[in-house]
Amino acid sequence: MSMEKLLLIIRREFLTKIRNKSFVVMTFLSPILISILAMVVFYITKEDTPAQKQIVVVDASSEVVAKIVEGSETIQFIDYSTLGVEVAKALVQSEGYDGLLYIPPFHSEKEKWANAITLYTEESPGILFVETLEKLIETTMMSANLRKQGVSLENLKNSQVDIALRQSSFSGAIASKLGNGLKMGLGMGVGYLIMMFIVIYGTSVMRSVIEEKTNRVIEIVIASVKPFQLLLGKIIGNTLAGLLQFFCWGLLLLVFTAAAKFAFGVHFDEMSPQLSQVSEMNGVGQIQDVALEIGKLPLLRMFVFFIIYFVGGFLLYSAIYAAIGAAVDTETDTQQFVLPVIIPLIMAVYVGFAAVLTDPHGILSVVFSLVPLTAPIVMPMRIPFGVSTLEIVISIGLLLVSFLGIVRMAAKIYRTGILMYGKKISYRELYKWLRQ
Amino acid sequence: MISLICYNFYLLNVLRIEEVTKQYNGVLALDSISIEIPKGSIYGLLGPNGAGKTSLIRIINQITQPDNGSVYLDGELLCPSHISQIGYLPEERGLYKNMRVGEQAMYLARLKGLSKKEAKTRLLYWFDKFGIRNWWDKKIQELSKGMAQKVQFIVTVMHRPKLLIFDEPFSGFDPVNAELIANEILQLRNEGATIIFSTHRMESIEQMCDHICLLNKGKIVLEGTVAALQQLYGAKIYEIVFKTNNTKEVLSFFVDAYELRNHNYDEVSAILKLEVAFKENERPSDLMQNLLPFGELMQFVQKLPSMHAIFLDAIGKTDMHS
Repeated sequence: MSMEKLLLIIRREFLTKIRNKSFVVMTFLSPILISILAMVVFYITKEDTPAQKQIVVVDASSEVVAKIVEGSETIQFIDYSTLGVEVAKALVQSEGYDGLLYIPPFHSEKEKWANAITLYTEESPGILFVETLEKLIETTMMSANLRKQGVSLENLKNSQVDIALRQSSFSGAIASKLGNGLKMGLGMGVGYLIMMFIVIYGTSVMRSVIEEKTNRVIEIVIASVKPFQLLLGKIIGNTLAGLLQFFCWGLLLLVFTAAAKFAFGVHFDEMSPQLSQVSEMNGVGQIQDVALEIGKLPLLRMFVFFIIYFVGGFLLYSAIYAAIGAAVDTETDTQQFVLPVIIPLIMAVYVGFAAVLTDPHGILSVVFSLVPLTAPIVMPMRIPFGVSTLEIVISIGLLLVSFLGIVRMAAKIYRTGILMYGKKISYRELYKWLRQ
Repeated sequence: MISLICYNFYLLNVLRIEEVTKQYNGVLALDSISIEIPKGSIYGLLGPNGAGKTSLIRIINQITQPDNGSVYLDGELLCPSHISQIGYLPEERGLYKNMRVGEQAMYLARLKGLSKKEAKTRLLYWFDKFGIRNWWDKKIQELSKGMAQKVQFIVTVMHRPKLLIFDEPFSGFDPVNAELIANEILQLRNEGATIIFSTHRMESIEQMCDHICLLNKGKIVLEGTVAALQQLYGAKIYEIVFKTNNTKEVLSFFVDAYELRNHNYDEVSAILKLEVAFKENERPSDLMQNLLPFGELMQFVQKLPSMHAIFLDAIGKTDMHS
């Protein structure tokens, strides 16, 4: 009997959620919008190479100017050393040049001299521009210094060696820098995605509880079903809607990739070795490398556990959000209770980021991927780097146990809260409800 | 033989509440309440705000559990399978705003345990009866409050429960619709349902209820049939209409012998109206004998108090005691 009612509730929650306009927009429109946005950004950055800046140089030391005056792609130098700094300043302002670089007379104390080199501009320049300029001056001066000591820059460059370590586990699995980068990217993306989903759907569960309370439909419903059934149905219904949304996104991603393949004629797998060597020059080879590296990842395993943690995290947090919804009368009252829920989520994301960037198997990462409140986010981030099955099983076990515990606590708060109107609830009050 | 009598006795009551106690945060909402609700009756559950009516109703609906005591439906200890035999229209009632009327009614009907087909048939019957079939695909937010309440009423009764609980059923209805709902409630009773009726509106109590129970501060103050209570509270006040030309003598006779509450004399028709309160040992028949020599007795009736007066009187007494 009760199973049938639970199914009815799940069905209603699921349908209400997916018929909601915001769900439809989020599911179908947002991926399209995001890809359009990405394309626009891509084209803009590709087309928009920043205009060459014109910088006037007044070199009172005559150490630098001759070398840097050739300029670079982004900076064109105009040598007005003969004019002196004051005249040049006026000229720069009246002629509308982008700036004035003043190099003071050479000083025996190199540090002091170097630090006195000044860039005058009307508006404060971008960091990248300043860095480029600094690099140019540094290289020029270093090269001058080297020459004084009898070494040419050419020779120095020739004697440099680039090392990229080939990485391998003892079992022979070969890793590469690119592969690691991919794992980081995937891990971070997945962790962030789960966090976002939990917050968005948790809030929606909370809203739906508040709505039932303020609508006063709750009393009619719980005369037919147990509050626990309603709570469980609500959580499961919303989780299913979340999964559906996720699958829709996955499907859209596949469709878009297929469309991109068709439109741009990129066929990663059919590319011949010769062609790929040639294309390496154009960067297409990189795409092929990425595809290859993705192929090396434990994709199925990642996917399966992603779904498990996605669902686990959802269930756990939705229960908490539902309890919050039951304890308050309006959404504005939820803030004091929502903050402590958001904190572990945000911590999980940051610890997860740090973990995958520095040490995916460090003690902090391991602990956070076992603690149930953070595990749904941190563990999927770590999985691409290879986590032992035992560890995952323990983590999922803990998640399950704590879900059962939290849902029981949430149910206690829920069944008391939904019938309580017009009372501001404190933490102490919640504690009382839990002990009832 | 004795057990047979007991069995029959239990079957006369659709609901039996035994020593039910409920506490909220140290406040006693229900203090060892025992009530028996006869089958086929309309039972008024009355009381001021905070008397414990809603607490009791929630216990009957198994929304909350009593701290002590037990509730029996048709002689069986109340359990979740009884949900389909009870219909409840709460005072604080509402519907999902963004759901369609039909869809929502179907959902609530199926939560009561009706099959899809059965739910649809019964809902359509009621929608037709109220002439609101064209609302089926409307969203609740498009309905007025009164319209939504009709839907709520249908949802409460459509699974033909043996026990119906209405908490302030007329609030929010205009007089026409209130009349419609009142008639439907009486009809349901005639078809065999037992009805618990919780309200503040005393005039609807006199109109509809057979039995009442007055609660105050978690305790039963009064209980019984409406007729018996009115007898009990109104037994000693009589209204007398008398035709006489000898008003002064009559009045002085009353002032000496009885407690005269009120009098009114119309000189044209020579009619004297009196309201007399009797003391414990005085008998109306004696008075009648004594009055006859003064003129012509036209009316001699016991004045029944309104439920409103009884209600105020009883609550006032208990409040004074506490």
